[in-house]
Amino acid sequence: MPMNDNAEFRPKIVAFCCNWCSYAGADLAGSSRLTYPADVKIIKVPCSCRVNPMFILRAFEKGADGVIMCGCHPGDCHYSTGNYYARRRMTLLFSMLDYIGVEHGRTRVEWVSAAEGVKFSATMNEFVEKIKSLGKNVRLGDLRCRS
Amino acid sequence: MQRIGVFVCHCGSNIAATVDVKKVTETALMEPGVVHAEDYQYMCSEAGQAKIAAAIAEKNLTGIVVCSCSPRMHETTFRTCAERAGINPYMVEIANIREHCSWIHKDVEEATKKAVILMRAAVAKVNLNTPLKPGESRVTKRALVIGGGIAGIQTALDIADAGYEVDIVEKTPSIGGRMSQLDKTFPTLDCSACILTPKMVEAAAHDKINIYTYSEVEQVSGFVGDFTVDIRKKARSVDMNKCTGCGLCQEKCPSKKTPSEFNRGLNTRTAIYTPFAQAIPNVPVIDREACIKFKTGKCGLCSKVCAAGAIDYEQKDEIITRKYGAIVVATGFDVIKLDKYDEYAYSQSRDVITSLELERIMNAAGPTKGHLQRLSDGREPKNIVFVQCVGSRCADERGKSYCSKICCMYTAKHAMLIRDKYPDVNVTVFYIDVRTPGKNFDEFYRRAVEEYGVNYIKGQVGKVCPEPDGSLTVYASDLLDNKQLRMSADMVVLAAAIEPSASVRQIATMLTASIDTNNFLTEAHPKLRPVESPTAGVFLSGVCQGPKDIPETVAQAGAAAVKAIGLLAKDKLMTNPCTAKADELMCNGCSQCANVCPYGAISYETRLVMGPGVRENRRVAVVNNALCQGCGACTVTCPSGAMDLQGFSNRQIIAEVDAICR
Amino acid sequence: MNKSDLLAEQIREISGVNPKKCMKCGKCSATCPSFDKMDIKPHQFVSYVDNDDIEPLTKSKSLWHCLSCFACVERCPRGVKPGKLIDAARQIAERQRGGDYLTPDEIPELFDEDTPQQLIVSAFRRYRK
Repeated sequence: MPMNDNAEFRPKIVAFCCNWCSYAGADLAGSSRLTYPADVKIIKVPCSCRVNPMFILRAFEKGADGVIMCGCHPGDCHYSTGNYYARRRMTLLFSMLDYIGVEHGRTRVEWVSAAEGVKFSATMNEFVEKIKSLGKNVRLGDLRCRS
Repeated sequence: MQRIGVFVCHCGSNIAATVDVKKVTETALMEPGVVHAEDYQYMCSEAGQAKIAAAIAEKNLTGIVVCSCSPRMHETTFRTCAERAGINPYMVEIANIREHCSWIHKDVEEATKKAVILMRAAVAKVNLNTPLKPGESRVTKRALVIGGGIAGIQTALDIADAGYEVDIVEKTPSIGGRMSQLDKTFPTLDCSACILTPKMVEAAAHDKINIYTYSEVEQVSGFVGDFTVDIRKKARSVDMNKCTGCGLCQEKCPSKKTPSEFNRGLNTRTAIYTPFAQAIPNVPVIDREACIKFKTGKCGLCSKVCAAGAIDYEQKDEIITRKYGAIVVATGFDVIKLDKYDEYAYSQSRDVITSLELERIMNAAGPTKGHLQRLSDGREPKNIVFVQCVGSRCADERGKSYCSKICCMYTAKHAMLIRDKYPDVNVTVFYIDVRTPGKNFDEFYRRAVEEYGVNYIKGQVGKVCPEPDGSLTVYASDLLDNKQLRMSADMVVLAAAIEPSASVRQIATMLTASIDTNNFLTEAHPKLRPVESPTAGVFLSGVCQGPKDIPETVAQAGAAAVKAIGLLAKDKLMTNPCTAKADELMCNGCSQCANVCPYGAISYETRLVMGPGVRENRRVAVVNNALCQGCGACTVTCPSGAMDLQGFSNRQIIAEVDAICR
Repeated sequence: MNKSDLLAEQIREISGVNPKKCMKCGKCSATCPSFDKMDIKPHQFVSYVDNDDIEPLTKSKSLWHCLSCFACVERCPRGVKPGKLIDAARQIAERQRGGDYLTPDEIPELFDEDTPQQLIVSAFRRYRK
């Protein structure tokens, strides 16, 4: 195995999951014992539309290396239209993040239904790999938060 | 400052085997606000809950964090426990260290580290929790059943027998569903119509049941206990009140070329038709696309022969708007299209048929009057080959990944019935596995083999070739003899996979009920809440939830009815207190939040706003707690940050983010 | 890893096939036009690879009777692609004989009595781009 610089790098990853689909999908991944790296920590929100872009900026500011948001598939939102709002907001936020130098790969939106444990785990594995390849997030980190 | 107690569950070895629970407990004590921490074998047990209650009393706790399984599992358990011990249930948060941690990580050190972080995030959140009080909403004592097959009929009967009004909405002209198309049922060989028709009649005659056939659900709004549903009653072109069901119109109708849906297109029907003789209601429908009167304006024969004057060409679609407390989905299934399976020659030969088509051929009321014959030339077949798993258990996009569950049994039934009635006919079944879990199921299959001499061969059919002489050559494997068989057959019957009805996706979207990748509706919990949708007030009955046979469908239909009755029996429901709330000091009444609210829960009023340096009459947003479902769309839209979601406030979520990134 | 395991791993890698996906329905053998000429049948091929039992495969006649018509690949309900496995086993057998990769320039000199035509057919398929 070739050693690379990031072999020891363990990223901090925040995952926002909606209560109805993705959080349940993560539960299914758990009960099906489908592993993904422990770097991913899930925060439950009622709907993807509850995710304020501010939360994502805050995560990066506090030293997160990647943020992923998961919601119900388009058309399947428990609140009818929440994920559409979320999708639009994230599109705008991600292009802004890109503009200020936070690589596109550090943010991701994925639709995971309650039955898609396999997809949840696969997505998280992929995302962690991606973040590992990008390395530590140096932009947006609040210097005052550094230890 | 909160006084928080942290309770770490071992869940036997489920958590404790991969998470060092002692370490999580010790670390918890160092977190701000935590005054008590302990671990226990099973927190959800009576003894575990007693520990929580004792700690609340002893240490005067104001908030609780339970590090255990998913909140979808036991959040309610622990909230109820806290409430009994005297603190507000919404002061409890769960750190999910089982599904999201111990079950998916193998390394103890790594899993423990993550469990500590999850615990920290939950503690950080509880530090900012405030007591919440649920509101109340009323329950409309009426249920809607979508789908009029055996699942829908049984659910409706059970709900109606408990004394509640039920409406059945069925999109075809008659109730009865797939079961009405079947000839016999396994493993008892009961006549399907003989056991279904009485139930159809009972439903139609029940004074609490109201049946809308030829109707579809158009729109659903509202929430548990208080749904408002628009039902489109399609124009039947026949007055239901006047029609006597004499059938003369159908006899005289000159447009006879439309493939019969009920007979799977094996024969044709007239433009004015009832799908089958025992149809309920026994009132025909004019298929406007086939009717000569509607196409050319000339004809009107049915109207002339109708003594009751029931034909009404001017009839329009009608929209009925009704309120319901509970909705049961019973939309059933269809057989998959076989156009992608060229190797079985389904579209090339009329003698390659699906099992449901065979069902119609075997039925005395079917297109061949129950006589087993080839559709191409009407000859009686001498060699019949059954092919199992056509499109079931398929990993590619041509078929379905799941086992359709009913095919093994109905094929054994078909094979047995054919051998019984036509002992000269050779019947060969090609199978991959014979799956017969069910009462008397395996005995039934063994009878087909041992008593009726059905030839079961382990191996799949590779291709079916129609020959110029009208026969079919079947190429198949015999895996036990390690041979390739080339067999001549007169008829090939494909056990095509079943899939949820095409309409279910649209219905699920309207109900905001979740659906899986195969379009089956998802249950609230696969083991413990199998007939409830995660969307409160929506229940699942029959194959719309997953493949099942008739007895299972009837059992599930009853279970769904009981759940619906349990809901309808309540006068009031507690509403979710995690609703949006506007801070009137920050709100400037810009109306952005009302624009994104899917429930119309936000209105504006002008009121006197008083605060530091403020005293003025101002237009501010007001959230109706009974309507707000707590999605949080408004909180992000609000430009001034006045709108916040109780239970998931900005500060709470940021505290969680901070705790995770610390 | 012993030699046979290694070869099995190579076959899985070259073919991109996971024999664990097989549900043992036998549709590949049912559909194979060369079935009668084969000593190891297509469905058996899959389980031999799954069991890391490669030597019988590289020595089998089936290797050179497969037409690479890929009917089994098209029709396999589980996406196991037995034809690709046979292709890969052929490649292993050729490597063991000393050959390795095939380029179009080499074709004319390979055209002798001993070279099975199937090998060239499948080599073309593999290297046509």
